[in-house]
Amino acid sequence: MPRIKIGRKSTAIDMTAMCDVAFLLLTFFILTATARQVDPLPVDMPSSTTQAKLPDLDVGTISIGDGKVFMGISGQHVREAWLEKVGANFGQGFSAAEKKEFSLLESFGVPIQNMHEFLAADPKLRAQPGFQPGIPLDTVKNELFFWIIEARRATKEAGNDMRIAIKGDIKQEYPLVKEVIEILQKQKVNNFSLITALEAAPKK
Amino acid sequence: MAELDTSGGGSKKGGKIRSKKQSTRVDLTAMVDLAFLLITFFMLTTTLAKPQAMDLVMPDDSDKEEELKVADDRSMTILLGSKDQVQWYMGKASDPQNLTKDFFGANNIRKAIYDMKEQVKKNYPDDPAKDLLILIKPSDKSTYKNLVDILDEMKVTDVKKYAIVDILPVEIQSLTSSGIY
Repeated sequence: MPRIKIGRKSTAIDMTAMCDVAFLLLTFFILTATARQVDPLPVDMPSSTTQAKLPDLDVGTISIGDGKVFMGISGQHVREAWLEKVGANFGQGFSAAEKKEFSLLESFGVPIQNMHEFLAADPKLRAQPGFQPGIPLDTVKNELFFWIIEARRATKEAGNDMRIAIKGDIKQEYPLVKEVIEILQKQKVNNFSLITALEAAPKK
Repeated sequence: MAELDTSGGGSKKGGKIRSKKQSTRVDLTAMVDLAFLLITFFMLTTTLAKPQAMDLVMPDDSDKEEELKVADDRSMTILLGSKDQVQWYMGKASDPQNLTKDFFGANNIRKAIYDMKEQVKKNYPDDPAKDLLILIKPSDKSTYKNLVDILDEMKVTDVKKYAIVDILPVEIQSLTSSGIY
């Protein structure tokens, strides 16, 4: 009795093309990804149902948490001009190396007179929580005012208006937030963003 | 023979010593697995790490003379107190109506806002421009989270007119007597 023979097929699939595509995509994502630095001021953001994303470019972020205020702007080349402008307000000059070092910082929080030693410090030490005391914003030394206004000028010179975003900590008490908002309003910045984490919208 | 024997060479007969034919194929499964794992990781970290931005427009504080005249029955004031609690009333601070202590959340302050919205709609049936105006007054004991939460409630309840205003001493007293200051 003749038996029907089922042809034996190999179960192995040619993975070469798949592998090519996978690595092509991988390369793309690695190159487009931007390395994120450790935030010197850890901020636990409150959540909201807002869907709008924060833009990547021309944003100045003011972080408020633990009673301290930190600031950072986007764009490395803008940061160099920013430091120079603020330094000029307080009679402080910065070397090219210091400006370069500063331009690599996502955000910082030191008084301007401590800026030289801060930039000379070890990056690991800088990232330690508590090392940076925050930008002073009391009525005597309102440095934050100058940092904000010069950030807006520097971004404007680079071509665009700057959007200010406030990134506050959940537990931060309101008076400090109010002070920051008042500083912004003094400069006629009445329109700004609050950075939040995502939360599901309630069902209607 | 000098040339490399890549073909099977099976047709030839003879007692030639042939090295064992080895497949040139490499199993790429594990490599593809790894590649896709990394792709997933990079995709998620690049797009999902972007934070949300809630836009906030404050009134220009240079024109202080301009005082908004709003009927008492459509202005609602929400005071943010301590312990994540709020207090709200309708009308003027000197003569508060419906003074209530409330919590955040869907069944508390959000319900109150919806109720008041309905009430205003009933009071002004033929003028849709006259809707509820909410004044948000954060006290010094409230936190940034409370502010974001109440602004989020404005978005959820679709209240178009709201403002963040400084708290008055009489309102602090009211919060103190409710035990949330």
